[in-house]
Amino acid sequence: MKNSMRKHGLTALLTASLAVTTTALTWGNSAHAAEDVNLYSTRQPFLMKPLTDAFTKETGIKVNMVYLKKGMLERLKTEGMNSPADLILTTDIGNLHNHLKAGLLQSVSSDTLNKRIPVQYRHPDGLWYGLTMRARVIYAHKDRVKPGEITRYEDLAAPHMKGRVCIRSGKHVYNVSLLASMVVALGEDGARTWAKSLRENLARKPQGNDRAQVKAVYEGQCDVAVGNTYYMGKMATNEKSPEQKDWAKSVRIIFPNQADRGTHVNISGAAVTKSARNKANALKLIEYLSSASAQKIYAETNFEYPVLDGVALHPIVASWGTFKADKAYLAKIAEQRSLASRLVDQVAFNK
Amino acid sequence: MAVPEGLKDGWTISTAIICALAVTPVAAVVYLALTPEPGDDIWSHLVSTVLPDYIITTVGLMIGVGIGTVLIGVSAAWLVTMCRFPGRRIFEWAMLLPMAMPAYVIAYVYTDILEYAGPVQGMLREMFGWQTGRDYWFPEIRSLGGAISMMTLVLYPYVYLLSRAAFLEQSIGVLEASRVLGRGPWHGFFTVALPLARPGIVIGLSLVLMETLNDFGTVDFFAVNTFSLGIFDVWMNMSNVSGAAQLATVLLLFVALLVLSERYARRKQRFHNTSSKYQALPGLRLRGKLGLLAMTICALPVLLGFVLPTWILIEYAVQYFDPLLASEIAGYAWNSIKLSLLAGGLAVVVAIVIAYSVRIRGGQVLTSLSRLASLGYAVPGAVLAVGVMNVLGPLDNSIDAYSRETFGISTGLIFSGTIAAVTFGYLVRFLALSLGTVEAGLGKITPNMDGAARSLGHGALSTMRRVHMPLMRTSVLTAVMLVFVDCMKELPMTTILRPFNFQTLATFVHQYASDEQLGEAALAALSIVGVGILPVILLSYAIARSRPGHGQVMARPRQKNKMSKGSR
Repeated sequence: MKNSMRKHGLTALLTASLAVTTTALTWGNSAHAAEDVNLYSTRQPFLMKPLTDAFTKETGIKVNMVYLKKGMLERLKTEGMNSPADLILTTDIGNLHNHLKAGLLQSVSSDTLNKRIPVQYRHPDGLWYGLTMRARVIYAHKDRVKPGEITRYEDLAAPHMKGRVCIRSGKHVYNVSLLASMVVALGEDGARTWAKSLRENLARKPQGNDRAQVKAVYEGQCDVAVGNTYYMGKMATNEKSPEQKDWAKSVRIIFPNQADRGTHVNISGAAVTKSARNKANALKLIEYLSSASAQKIYAETNFEYPVLDGVALHPIVASWGTFKADKAYLAKIAEQRSLASRLVDQVAFNK
Repeated sequence: MAVPEGLKDGWTISTAIICALAVTPVAAVVYLALTPEPGDDIWSHLVSTVLPDYIITTVGLMIGVGIGTVLIGVSAAWLVTMCRFPGRRIFEWAMLLPMAMPAYVIAYVYTDILEYAGPVQGMLREMFGWQTGRDYWFPEIRSLGGAISMMTLVLYPYVYLLSRAAFLEQSIGVLEASRVLGRGPWHGFFTVALPLARPGIVIGLSLVLMETLNDFGTVDFFAVNTFSLGIFDVWMNMSNVSGAAQLATVLLLFVALLVLSERYARRKQRFHNTSSKYQALPGLRLRGKLGLLAMTICALPVLLGFVLPTWILIEYAVQYFDPLLASEIAGYAWNSIKLSLLAGGLAVVVAIVIAYSVRIRGGQVLTSLSRLASLGYAVPGAVLAVGVMNVLGPLDNSIDAYSRETFGISTGLIFSGTIAAVTFGYLVRFLALSLGTVEAGLGKITPNMDGAARSLGHGALSTMRRVHMPLMRTSVLTAVMLVFVDCMKELPMTTILRPFNFQTLATFVHQYASDEQLGEAALAALSIVGVGILPVILLSYAIARSRPGHGQVMARPRQKNKMSKGSR
């Protein structure tokens, strides 16, 4: 009895797996309807959903999305001209730049976009468009760091900051871009020296994310941290983890290099793929994302700086005051990323 | 022979085709490595800067995790199999629980508790009046040691599972013989049981080491500079996919070398069970302090690797509970289960076909093919996903081009970006798990059994169905479970290969966890653990019941009596 039951079990298992296989081939996606737009995004679904939902409501166009942090470029490349993706959405100029270099993007233009997005935040031929900005700033402890003690990125590497700085991995895309901007500003040798001295000033081995650095300042492990602006807003309003409000309260934001080249800003942006079938819809989506209502959602839910002029900042973001952004052309910074990444290795930044 | 010639070839041909398919993504990675774009040389830079550090760290991690998992896995397996102590029945299955916990999740949880700002150090500071981190020493969780601990805690079940199966399948006769010949129980363990269990332990250990080598989530979070971190750095920051593929290929060669040298070391040995005299294991009774010690040895890994992190996840999940999110997560859980079942089932069917053809057809070619088919496990998931895309994309596009030319119809992408692509990726990646387990089970059955069945007029298929399958039922179940649980946790391939609007539990956890928002991710992370536990527990019952004499209807009741007598 038992024996035959067991045998049946195994047969059932095999049959079941075959049955599931056949269903799997039909259980896919139908992302090719007429009023669709297909999106590959490195931005999290929880961030994009309010925006895409609003877009669908306004236009009736359904947004299909794959969220992928790595491998987007390779996926577009191997899918070739048959790729279903109409547009990509990604953070950091480096990502946009790599897709451009790989020949995966096509130029689109519209008066609306040209009017809304400042020229330094879009590709001259419309191959990509910046949608939001974030500044990489210095978080300084309110009491332990005296006013004027640190005003530039260069000060992070100064002798008086020894053992007082916290920063995430030097290889994180945000820090590589920051270092690339230092390469543009100071030259390769200058950037290397800066990175080397900064490393010697670190209170601990680079680790955690930007938020964790502010936490470390709050806890007294270090006095200053480097981070993107929107984390401050996220911490200051975190109702679910109220302890983060205390972290935020313990620091003030310093926009570096206000007296000279300005603070390093990066963008999140969108681009239309070369293979886009729903090019018109893709353009509509980019236009929507740069519209006042979408820019407001970005500003309010993710504390980013809108690229569109005249959109109200989140009150918390506004409270940090206005700042002067580094005007160096972003694509130029992107070209130095590979070198910056090597510099991180050369000075053993993460060790 | 009763087997028609065509069928014999059928085994060979289908195995060859399956292996060739399974090896294509790995081959695509190697191809990428061999075709760098001009100016893409990374080696001179890496060798002069970080490569030595990558290698030292990686080797340190492997040694640490290897020793840790073998110590915990083998000793626990031996204790619950051969000894009797309080709680043994529970530990039999509970030892497997940490397997359901993804390494990156446990890493997040422990960082939350143990880092400078966490409750443990906060309490210590309060108790002793320390002001800053300079006043005292506390082990840094984000370190090589931390990574070793985290991975050991969730990976030891592989060693436990396979060494326990090996101990269970040993005939007590050989141990008795060693006792009769004057060896003590400990000596018997080291000179007889352990060497006999070596293939099982080694398979378990090699699975552990490959998982360790390919881990990205934990080492990235802890900023431990391993080889796999280097691969991603070259890929993402230096925008050099070919260089990343080169590093991955080096890693692959290293793993292949390890596996080959172990096989070479035991090339002359065979581990078939020759005795059919299985008796219930006698069960060495451990009393008093010894019993307590055994209990502690088994309890600690379960507490640290499962109970404590689960408890913290539950606290978070309650704190962050949101009914809307919960129903969304239920949908993702269903996706995860379907996908993992599909991959688990397929991986085992494929493994049986390969292992069985190697057994009945033998030959160097088939054997080597089956080894090649397991290579996917030695490549980091995200890199392998690039390999899969580099196979499916061109395939889809050439089908499309052909169809356009001949029929004037565009087929578009047939496989790329579908569930089939994800499943194929899982298969390639986890075939080593199912194949290793099935092979181990099949290897224990002496070929004399095949001979007997065949000479009684049964063909290959019939022999497999009526002799081998009942005997290796446990191995087959183990294989399904291993692949299932790993697919539940799988992240990089799923993210990269999936279709539009498709989430699994792991991808859902990742979008929050990558932002260090543990609270929002907790419920989904718990669901991964919860769904993963079920097959783990089922399996351990099956294993416990499987010994001795699988499928011997006559023998079963008698042995059951003995078993219960033994444990009373």
